[in-house]
Amino acid sequence: MKKDFKKTTLDNGLTVFLKEIHTAPLVSSWVWYRVGSKDETTGKTGISHWVEHMQFKGTPKFPAKVLDKSVSRDGGYWNAFTYMDWTTYFETMPADKIDLGLRLEADRMKNSIFDAKEVASERTVIISEREGSENEPMFRLGEAIQHAAFRIHPYHHEIIGDKADLRTMTRDDLYGHYKTYYVPNNAVMAVAGDFDSKEMLARIRQLFERIPKGKTPPRLARHELPMDGELQLNVEGPGETTYVQAAYRFPAATHPDFFALSVLDSLLAGPSNLNMFGGGISNRTSRLYRALVEKEYAVGISGGATATIDPFLYTFTITVHPNRKPQEALAALDAEIERVQNERVSQAEIDRAIKQARAIFAYGSESITNQAFWMGYSEMFANYNWFLTYLDKLSAVMPADVERVAREYYRPKSRVVGTYVPTGNGEAAHG
Amino acid sequence: MAKKPMNVSLPGPEDIHREVLPNGITVLSRANFNSPSVVVSGYFTSGSLFESDEKLGLADFTFAALMRGTQKRDMQGLYDALESAGAGFGYDSGTYTSGFSGRSLAEDLPLLLDILAETIQVPTFPAEQIERLRAQMLTGLAIRAQDTSDMADLIFNDALFEGHPYARPEDGWPETIQSITREDMQNFHQRTIGPRGMVISIVGAVDPKRAVEAVQRALGAWTNPAQEERPAIPDKSAPAQTVKRVHPIAGKTQSDLIIGTIGPRRKDADFMAASLGNSVLGQFGMMGRIGDIVREKSGLAYYASSSLSAGTGPGSWEVSAGVNPLNVQKAADLIVSEMKRFVQKGVSAQELSDSQNSYVGRLPLSFESNGGVAGSLINIERFDLGLDYYRRYEGLVRGVTRAQVKAVAEKFIDPDKLVIAVAGP
Repeated sequence: MKKDFKKTTLDNGLTVFLKEIHTAPLVSSWVWYRVGSKDETTGKTGISHWVEHMQFKGTPKFPAKVLDKSVSRDGGYWNAFTYMDWTTYFETMPADKIDLGLRLEADRMKNSIFDAKEVASERTVIISEREGSENEPMFRLGEAIQHAAFRIHPYHHEIIGDKADLRTMTRDDLYGHYKTYYVPNNAVMAVAGDFDSKEMLARIRQLFERIPKGKTPPRLARHELPMDGELQLNVEGPGETTYVQAAYRFPAATHPDFFALSVLDSLLAGPSNLNMFGGGISNRTSRLYRALVEKEYAVGISGGATATIDPFLYTFTITVHPNRKPQEALAALDAEIERVQNERVSQAEIDRAIKQARAIFAYGSESITNQAFWMGYSEMFANYNWFLTYLDKLSAVMPADVERVAREYYRPKSRVVGTYVPTGNGEAAHG
Repeated sequence: MAKKPMNVSLPGPEDIHREVLPNGITVLSRANFNSPSVVVSGYFTSGSLFESDEKLGLADFTFAALMRGTQKRDMQGLYDALESAGAGFGYDSGTYTSGFSGRSLAEDLPLLLDILAETIQVPTFPAEQIERLRAQMLTGLAIRAQDTSDMADLIFNDALFEGHPYARPEDGWPETIQSITREDMQNFHQRTIGPRGMVISIVGAVDPKRAVEAVQRALGAWTNPAQEERPAIPDKSAPAQTVKRVHPIAGKTQSDLIIGTIGPRRKDADFMAASLGNSVLGQFGMMGRIGDIVREKSGLAYYASSSLSAGTGPGSWEVSAGVNPLNVQKAADLIVSEMKRFVQKGVSAQELSDSQNSYVGRLPLSFESNGGVAGSLINIERFDLGLDYYRRYEGLVRGVTRAQVKAVAEKFIDPDKLVIAVAGP
């Protein structure tokens, strides 16, 4: 890909990416902070996500209601996300209105109030958000697996946090977290769309450069030890459907094996879609769909990993066929994994995975919002070059690499197997 | 900073190509050479309106089975062609119409049209695949039975549309799915799916004239003399009194709550006024007035918003929220009193102009992707909006007055005659 973006670092350490796209009169502006659930200690789980919520509760200049109404009134679309490694805020707006987005992000980088009353009402909102997730069997199983897979590394808890902490964290805890991590030298700004780069950069300097540099926040570095045996667990809950997840330790996004593993992911479970905006493609011809769903061990199979700073997990999710036992479905999965470890894959299969990745990237490029997303997102776990060279790196993967990474990473001793055991409906299905 | 007038990117008569083929298929196309991909989507005049109560889910089952094998290729063959190209294609059944949508790199447009033409004209409904699909659908229904949001929606529609086709769940019940045979599907396919009334929209890196030629090649010779006329959708009056339905699902931590009534049809003259009113009620900013009172002021819910679902038939106008089981009554009371205020006082000039600005401002956003444009073209065709609809849109939005919003709120919402549905522990 040709270089069609501009990267600048302001005097206060804020990194700015600009990419002009003149296909529609829109601009998407993102501010990314290097903080997430990975930075949370026991007693403070969920604090990064809660701070993200508080960032919508106003500054002296943009009080809560003014804030969200202003963006909507101008035809904007905005949101925020908290993840394990990062927190991000974006506005996609008509090009002639984006200044509002820039002004409010500059303002709330420093001036959010964290009013005690707002903290109190947001506490129950977030507990309600968690309770909604707890309704889902897959949330409960996923949470149990994460706990089992990570004893030391803070990837062990869910981003939303534990209820115990959501009930006890204080306004000052939240404000302290905000003040520590929301400094320009801990942020990346990414703007794409219908603007002139020179004018845009001048405006960003005007708005953001006066925010003083802070102390570079430390990131929690508690590295997990290798697993020395398979862990198995059950989660019981209502329902009739059994789910099995097998989660393997997976390398960081910057690890050279990430790309061979991405090819392997395509072959086994169908290509993962890394875009935040723009869907993926089906997986009916993947090896696992054919071996599990077509052979009626399962009614659904998926697999995927996300790009993370530290090693996280690759998770296969099996929705077990009603006439099968979870052990049978797991055995069918294992047989396919052994096959890819022992029989070399063909170059044609790799070429197919590359074409699939190329198509998914093309779908993602339709959206200006998604293009701005990538500039910041890739910086959070690697750098923008990681994204720009992604297809080249996939193209360099050889059949022997796929076999090697299959052997190295898909080992039973480094996985957690979790089963959601349904205990029935308790009620008639309908009435 | 924008360099072009906004109209440049809004679809209009000179850049939407529309053509009706001799066999009744309407083709809509618009070029976008900014991205190397193409989207194909559209609908047939087939759906669950044709089903009997005993065979509920037949449309859903049949459309899903179209991708399970044809006279030319088996299921793996169909998906191998698609997935090898990084393409996707699928069907989605509805009540009045049933849709399809696919996308690929532009070079693979002929492939998408081949798959469409083949699966819609000569599906074989292989027995083994049907049983596999049946198990998947039954699992889907078991998951639905555990989903508080799905079940609240289901009992809400059951109560609101009592005696009307919209009361029935399109995915059926376990016993109806069990009763559907291969012959039922062949028969349903034969008598309900045909080129008459079919609409197809193609958007992306392809010249619109070429797109029409490609559809002509793939589907131009298709006829189905057995295709039946679609039953009309009856009207539905609002509930005569407030109806409360509760569906218990043991072991859940949160309840889903839906409160609402009958809403306008999409083609009703007061649809735009209702839509803007709904925005004020439960969409604008952080979920409008409903979000403000239920989430921001009371901290009762993570989501609480209102929606207007307006299609060809009578619509629904509803407020939904996910709340702690102990707070269901409190949240319901707040929502009903907010609906009452909405009907009695209407909206302020500021609120209306905020929502109008938002509608006009965000319009270009819906044309950002090929899928968004394709959906807009289908919208134009489905509801006879006119090819210049998106050019006239700003005028239509700004033309709505406070009095019109109040009138439409009074016409549809009677706060003493609502359906209240709750699913949870």
